[in-house]
Parts: sequence; structure tokens; C-alpha cells
Amino acid sequence: MLLDPFLEFAFMRRALAGCLALSLSAPPLGVFLVLRRLSLIGDALGHAILPGVALAAALFGLSLVAMSAGGVLAGLAVALGAGLAARGTALREDASLAGFYLVALALGVAIVSASGGRIDLMALLFGAVLAVDDPALLFMAGTASVTLIMLAILWRPFVIETFDPGFLRAARGRGAVWHLGFLALVVLNLVAAFHALGTLMAVGLMMLPATAARFWAATLGGQVVVASVLAMLASAAGLALSFHADVPTGPAIVLTAGALWIVSLAAGREGSLLARVLRRPHYAG
Amino acid sequence: MIAPIRLSDVTVAYRRRPAVHHLSGTFAPGSMTAIVGPNGAGKTTLLRALIGELPLDQGRIDRGGIDPRDIAYLPQQAALDRTFPLACAEVVAMGHWGRIGAFRRITGAAAARVADALAAVGLDGFARRPLATLSAGQFQRVLFARMLLQDAPVVLLDEPFTAIDARTTADLMRVVTGWHGEGRTVIAVLHDLEMVRAHFPDALLLAREAIAWGPTGTALTSANLFRARMMAEAWDEDAAICTRGESRRAA
Repeated sequence: MLLDPFLEFAFMRRALAGCLALSLSAPPLGVFLVLRRLSLIGDALGHAILPGVALAAALFGLSLVAMSAGGVLAGLAVALGAGLAARGTALREDASLAGFYLVALALGVAIVSASGGRIDLMALLFGAVLAVDDPALLFMAGTASVTLIMLAILWRPFVIETFDPGFLRAARGRGAVWHLGFLALVVLNLVAAFHALGTLMAVGLMMLPATAARFWAATLGGQVVVASVLAMLASAAGLALSFHADVPTGPAIVLTAGALWIVSLAAGREGSLLARVLRRPHYAG
Repeated sequence: MIAPIRLSDVTVAYRRRPAVHHLSGTFAPGSMTAIVGPNGAGKTTLLRALIGELPLDQGRIDRGGIDPRDIAYLPQQAALDRTFPLACAEVVAMGHWGRIGAFRRITGAAAARVADALAAVGLDGFARRPLATLSAGQFQRVLFARMLLQDAPVVLLDEPFTAIDARTTADLMRVVTGWHGEGRTVIAVLHDLEMVRAHFPDALLLAREAIAWGPTGTALTSANLFRARMMAEAWDEDAAICTRGESRRAA
């Protein structure tokens, strides 16, 4: 019964395949963001891609290539700008990101409004399951593959740069390069996810499973795996919810991920509310 | 043999206020120097200038051909996340970065050196312990083990024993003395004058400028310490632009 929409409709299967692919790549990035205490950077970059996508749609119509390129360019510009503002001025990175994303979001909505009724603002912000056509699905799967390969190659510098950026800086480990490369992957994943989830909601698939994973695993590798599994659950259940309850896909998937996060917060194995209440007997030594 | 680190007329300023002011002198190769001084004396600023992280407003630092990246630097009780999901051995292994960088693999020998380093700081058997389970003292031991692996000719420590228990301090002080014995140049910012007098042959008494720099016994006299306190507390809102070194710039 729950599986019916996936069996029956090809567009549901495409959306599911795309979301499962991104569930493999986006949550691991989210785990790193949580550990860097940059949980909000995903929001910031998610909002940042909106003006790029909107401008491309206004100029070139609803073309996947144009909108994706516009989103990536706008996201990279904000990531770079905020990074430079943080490293080059007295403003901390989170504060400069807040500044950039407010401007970007306002600019995006203004562009959509100015271009008249040609762009569906709701679909852009909150996603539409029908937006996942074959090219979009290929883009999502390609992004997931590239991200996983990059994570495998760059795992060590990413971990060190996240744990102790000062160490890499002192050792001339080119800390800034790794950080910007990492942010580029974040932008790419958000752009890939926005077709299905919308620019406002894409970040949910990245951050909610990552925050939830902290309550289940004590090692970095474990958290990454748990985050991906939770994201896959949320994708499948969220798409079904979206179909049955007639809710846009973005909010449906994010709500499911949010439910998983609240369960983890309440009853996870590591440092959840329940784990704090239920103190298990201590060892002898 | 490593060369001396020579400072000539070094000035580092924040918003034009000098934090280190016209400092000249030499850290001899293999010397072990404590930097002592009141708060705001420019001690941390000097260390960060030594590793090339802060631009100099004036003067120059001659590291005698040592690449700044080969200087090991332990910042003050860092902003590091002590609940980060890594095991002790993984943090210590970061000390290999200078040799293996981002992509080369950690060989069996390199892994053995990680275990040795952990043993040397008294953390035998801690390799797989998560950081989150460590006390502040044990965490500092892990960071010292990482520095052991860096195998650096010059070691800079910024208040390494602040808020650390006595036993850990004694153990880690032995590690520092060991570095000195191996002929490395050790420079440490410290507050505990007893410890400086007991372990550090040389001292630099800093209050933006050098009040005294030389053998600890002659540098840390009470008269010098009093002068240092006076110097650091003086903050002139209407300070004129410093003219020292002006002739050199004109020349």
C-alpha cells in the first residue's frame, strides 16, 4: 500500500532514485558541517543558490543546465565571499554568512516576482516531484558519485581541517583550499537536491540526518553511515507521504527527517535524553 | 645543525597599536627559552609571528633557513572540540602530516611511531579511546604526542600547562626537557616563574618590548619583573606615531 505510488508511477521511482543517491552524499557533508559548528552554513548556501537559479530561469527558461549552473555559480560566490569575509575581516564566518544569505534570499524572491508568472516560486522553494526528469536524475546521481569519490580521496585533510584548522594552517597544509573545496561539494549537493526538494528544503536532507547521527554513533565513520541510512529512510517515507498527503516533496522529506531526528534526540544511544535518564550500571574498572 | 632564529627590530601591531614593539634578539640553536610577561605583553603575538602567521609591521625574522612549516606550534588551550568523534591515535597520527601530506598512506612503521608517542606521554593503551572520554590533562598529553611525531627542529608552546594537573605538568615537562636534550630549539610562553627558574636556562621577559633577555637568573630579577608590569599597564590613548626605525625607513 505504501509502496504503491513507487510501483505505479515512473516519476515517483525517478524521484526516489535521485533522493536515495543524494542520501549517500549529502548527509556525510552535513556531518562535517555539524562538527565544524557550521550547521547553519547549509541554510545560508541553500538560500544563496536561489537568486542564481531564479535569474537563470528568468533568462533561459526552465532549463536544467541553466538553472543548475546558475545555482552553482551563486552558491560558490556566496561561499567564497563569506569565506573571504571571515578570513580577511573581523566578522566571524557565521555572521558573514547570515548577511550574505539574507541578501541572497531577498534577491531571489525579487527576481522571481519581477519575472512575472513564468516561474513557479513554490516549486522553486519547496520542490516538486515532477521536476525530477531523466536529466535531473542523472545530475543527482552524478553529483552523488563525484561527492563520494572526493570524500574518499580527501577524507584526511577534511577531517584534520575540521578538527584543528590551526594545525593545518601552521603546517602550511593549505587549510583554505580544503575548506573551499568542501564548500563547493556542499553547494553542488544542494543544487542537485533542489529539483526534488526545493532550494529552501534541500538543506534538510543534508543537516537533519547528520544532527540525528550524533545520537547513534561515537565515531566519525559511524556517524557518516548512520546519517546516510537515516536520509534514505526519510527520502522513501517522505516521498510516500508527499504522494498520499499531497504535500510538496521538500517539506514531506524534511518532516520525515525531522521526525527521525526527534526520535534520535529522545532515544538515541549516545547522549540522548533517554540515555541520560537511563543510567546503566558502571563497570568495575 | 639548525641555525639561530634572529629577530631584528620586529614590530607587530593590531589596529596600529604595537603588541610586539621593536624587538631584537636571538634564539640560539638548541636553546630553551621561556617567554614571561604580564597579560597583553605580546607573548602569543610573538609566537604567531615566529611561525609566519602574522605579518610584521616592521623588522624581520631570520629563521636561518628553517621553513616556518617545520616549526611545531601548540596554541593556548585551544578552541578544539574535545567531543570530536576521533580516537587518540587518529589525532596523534596528524603529526605525520609534514611527511605524508593529504594522500600518502600511513605505513606500519608510522603507525608504530604513533603508539610509541602515546606511550611516551603516558597514554599507553589509549590508542582507540575516543577523545570525548579524556580529561583536560589527557587531552593535552595527546597534543604533545602529536608534536612528538612532528619531529620539528623548533618547538613553540603557548601556555602549555595552564589548567593542567600537577602530575601531567611534570610528565609533559619531562617531554619538553627531552626535546631540549635532543638539541631542538624550545620556546615556551609560561606564567609559572618557579617552573621557569627550575627548567628553563634562558628567559625573555616581554612587555611589548624586551625588558630582559638572557640567562633566566639575570633576566627574571624582581626589578625587571616590576618594570615589565608597569610597561604593560601603560596604555596611552593619545600615543604619537612611533619614530623609532623611522631613519631606517627613510634610508
